[in-house]
Amino acid sequence: MVKKIYFQSIFFSFFFIKEAFAAESGGMPQLNPEFWVSQIFWLILTFGIMYLVLSKLILPKISNNLETRKSQILENIEAAEKQREDSDAKLKEYDEIISKSKLEANSIFNQAREKALKDISAKRAILDQQIDNEIVEAEKEIDILRKNAPDKINKIAIETSSELLQKLIGADVNNSSISAIVDDLSKRNGDKYYGN
Amino acid sequence: MAANPMSQFDVYRIGPEIKVGAFDISFTNASLFMILSTVSILLIFNLGSKKNSILPNKIQLIAELSYTFVSKMISDTAGSKAKPYFAFIFSLFMFVLFCNMFGMIPYTFTVTSHIIVTFVLAAFIFIGVTVIGFIKHGFGYLKLFVPSGVPAVLLPLIVVIEIISYLSRPISLSVRLFANMMAGHTMMKVFGGFVISLGIVGGWLPLSFSVALTGLEILVAFLQAYVFAILTCIYLNDALNLHH
Repeated sequence: MVKKIYFQSIFFSFFFIKEAFAAESGGMPQLNPEFWVSQIFWLILTFGIMYLVLSKLILPKISNNLETRKSQILENIEAAEKQREDSDAKLKEYDEIISKSKLEANSIFNQAREKALKDISAKRAILDQQIDNEIVEAEKEIDILRKNAPDKINKIAIETSSELLQKLIGADVNNSSISAIVDDLSKRNGDKYYGN
Repeated sequence: MAANPMSQFDVYRIGPEIKVGAFDISFTNASLFMILSTVSILLIFNLGSKKNSILPNKIQLIAELSYTFVSKMISDTAGSKAKPYFAFIFSLFMFVLFCNMFGMIPYTFTVTSHIIVTFVLAAFIFIGVTVIGFIKHGFGYLKLFVPSGVPAVLLPLIVVIEIISYLSRPISLSVRLFANMMAGHTMMKVFGGFVISLGIVGGWLPLSFSVALTGLEILVAFLQAYVFAILTCIYLNDALNLHH
């Protein structure tokens, strides 16, 4: 669309150029050779000076700037990479320290636990022994009591039976004969009464 | 005079007449704009290359982007052998670009709208490229006119066509730039004249065209400078790497 307009207007403009040709005897100023030499001279002069200054002074500087920037960026990237590696190594070290200290803490905890357990078991053993001793003593006492019990009972039986006989019959009976009978009875029936 | 769309291309003397022998080398408006272009190029690139900060400022960025743009253009079209000619092609591109762009400012003069200027540049490129070609390849450079893989019957015809196309390079190169600049500026002037003659009632349409054309012409100004430089690179490529 724009192109079409463009070419149409070029076409239009040629009418004007034609008119211009008709109106002024000069026509296209470009084809007037009056200032050609001047234009060539100034073109060569300005372009030549510009070329010399650009090629000798300015362009080498720009290319140098670009190079140094490139190398500097590369250097910086390298430095950053190195620092990253360093920090990685440090991080690893730190991780190691942490895991080591964790292990240590674990072992300390375990040791403390074992020690505590040992203490507890030792105390318990002592207590057990004390309890055992007391039980043994108590049993001994019980045994003594038990052994003494039939004698006392025999004695009571002899005394009561002698008194009974005295009241019933009214006569003194020899204690030794009664105790013989009671001994004989308690020996025969001892198992029945004492359970042993 | 102002109504004539061609009067913007008039060359006139500024200051006294200077004559060297039979030649008139007076300072003219064309000379003024050549000097303005070269001075602004040198100023911008000098400022852009002065400091070398890692983060470039605007002017440094402009200089470095232009540098990499042209250097990439050359290496893409003419290869690494064209490196010694980088400064010339860079100057050429910048000169044409700045002359074109200066011409876009109202009431200025467009240096590149004169056939003699573009023809001198194109002729210099043509002669330079031909000389480089003969220095690099000797008479083997003439093989440029004999494309490989052409049947023997067609060969005479092809060789003639190739020679004509080679010889017309400076003409096509110079006329392309000159005609583009002249046509664009003439057309803008014509539409500007329409705005005046149609007045407040009908002048809006040509005015909008004029605005659109200004954008288009700025594009053309850049594009023609680019085309001029890239064609130079292509001719240089023919001379440096002969494989036709």
